[in-house]
Amino acid sequence: MKRLVDVALPAALLALLGLAWQAAVWYWRIPAYLLPAPSVIIATMWRRADLLAGHALTTLAEIGLGFALALVLGIGLALLIHASRILERAIMPLVIASQTVPVFAVAPLLILWFGYGLGSKVVMAAVIVFFPIVINTVDGLRAADPDILALLTILEASPWQKFVKVRLPQALPFVFSGLRIGVAVSVIGAVIGEWVGARGGLGYLMIHANAQLQVEMVFAAIVWLSVLGVGLYALVAALERIAVPWRFRRLSS
Amino acid sequence: MSPGEPLLEIQGLVKAFGDRRPGTPVLDGLDLEAAAGEFVALIGPSGCGKSTIFNLLAGLIQADAGSLLLEGRAVPHLRGRLAYMQQKDLLLPWRRTLDNAILGLETQGVPKAEARRRARGLLDVFGLSGFEDRWPDELSGGMRQRVALMRTMLCQKEILLLDEPFGALDAMTRAQMQEWLLKVWARFRPTVLLVTHDVEEALVLADRIYVLTSRPARVKEVVRVTDPRPRAMTRPDLVRRKADLLRLLADEITPVAA
Repeated sequence: MKRLVDVALPAALLALLGLAWQAAVWYWRIPAYLLPAPSVIIATMWRRADLLAGHALTTLAEIGLGFALALVLGIGLALLIHASRILERAIMPLVIASQTVPVFAVAPLLILWFGYGLGSKVVMAAVIVFFPIVINTVDGLRAADPDILALLTILEASPWQKFVKVRLPQALPFVFSGLRIGVAVSVIGAVIGEWVGARGGLGYLMIHANAQLQVEMVFAAIVWLSVLGVGLYALVAALERIAVPWRFRRLSS
Repeated sequence: MSPGEPLLEIQGLVKAFGDRRPGTPVLDGLDLEAAAGEFVALIGPSGCGKSTIFNLLAGLIQADAGSLLLEGRAVPHLRGRLAYMQQKDLLLPWRRTLDNAILGLETQGVPKAEARRRARGLLDVFGLSGFEDRWPDELSGGMRQRVALMRTMLCQKEILLLDEPFGALDAMTRAQMQEWLLKVWARFRPTVLLVTHDVEEALVLADRIYVLTSRPARVKEVVRVTDPRPRAMTRPDLVRRKADLLRLLADEITPVAA
């Protein structure tokens, strides 16, 4: 019942805003090349569904591959940082300093190095997602309760057993909060990459539609992007419920 | 081993903390012994270093001086021969009841399936039947302590260190847990060292009670309790002994300067 209300309320508000928008366009006779009415956008999405879906698939592939790359490299680096105090002190300041470089400023270079195709966008998304994953995983590995680790010492657990039985499960929720932040920004990364130079994808579609004053197509692409972002977020949240079930028990019981 | 010979002897244990040498002394020549299967309680003013004794026995910290004898042989610590339980239940939130209980068996290399089988057979003894698949968050405080107690017992060590294990529980639950502990102790007969600040708890449970001085801790007095268990605190001799023990402890508490 509560879940239904949680969905119904924002949906109702969205519908209301859409109606107001529709009415405003109609009342003030706003031309479609400035602000198309929701009905026009929906019609465009329906008519050009295959075109939009094709570009959406390209963007989704970029995000998915970028995410996978960032996950492997990010968790790998976090483990390395955790394993060695020296590495931690060498790497962490650089990881944090690297965040002051605006990733979007690097986009033209990535296009130069990795081409107009999938590669540059995958790297772009990966670079953006990488940071929250590394930081959160390192925090998570550090979060283990010292009393629990002492208990494991008394139980004569090996360092490997301590790692697998305590540190890893303790870190998992942290990794997932990194992923949730990452998933939201990865969409931005892919789209910016497509704006700078691409042969496909929703960002590419937006730039071209905008140049031809097909504003309804720009909006259609934006709607698709939101759906992608929300969908990916929901996917991560669902995976979290499977991987970290103990965190959700208290709420449901 | 002859019946009179103690399983465990602590002789002249000294420990100081702090960066400065010689540091703040916490233990100042502590002597203690426990026979196999004996239930020994340690009481003392709070902050007198009771937990330090346990950390030394468990090998988590090193003593400055003194020796530790196990069956007459000097050992650096008792790790491998003891199981430990404290006020915090230290259950792993990502493990259900049964898997929390078998943690010690797993670290000893017992295969998970075999460990679970053994644990399942003991759920009844610890009053946890029907709760084997619950997460720690779904259990009451008393139940969580029983899971911790079960984990401790499943290690099958001859020495149990219990560091104020029921200190965080309400009076009703604590009395219940003390009954559980006696039942479990009678069944497995480990040597128990119980640290508590609760005089009644020591009187109801222990064979002998060590009264410690305030920091730095030494043994002030050893009290033997021979009454048959279960002991009701309403018995006149226990009430009298409680008053005696409380008086001993009160001597150790420095009066607050006016």
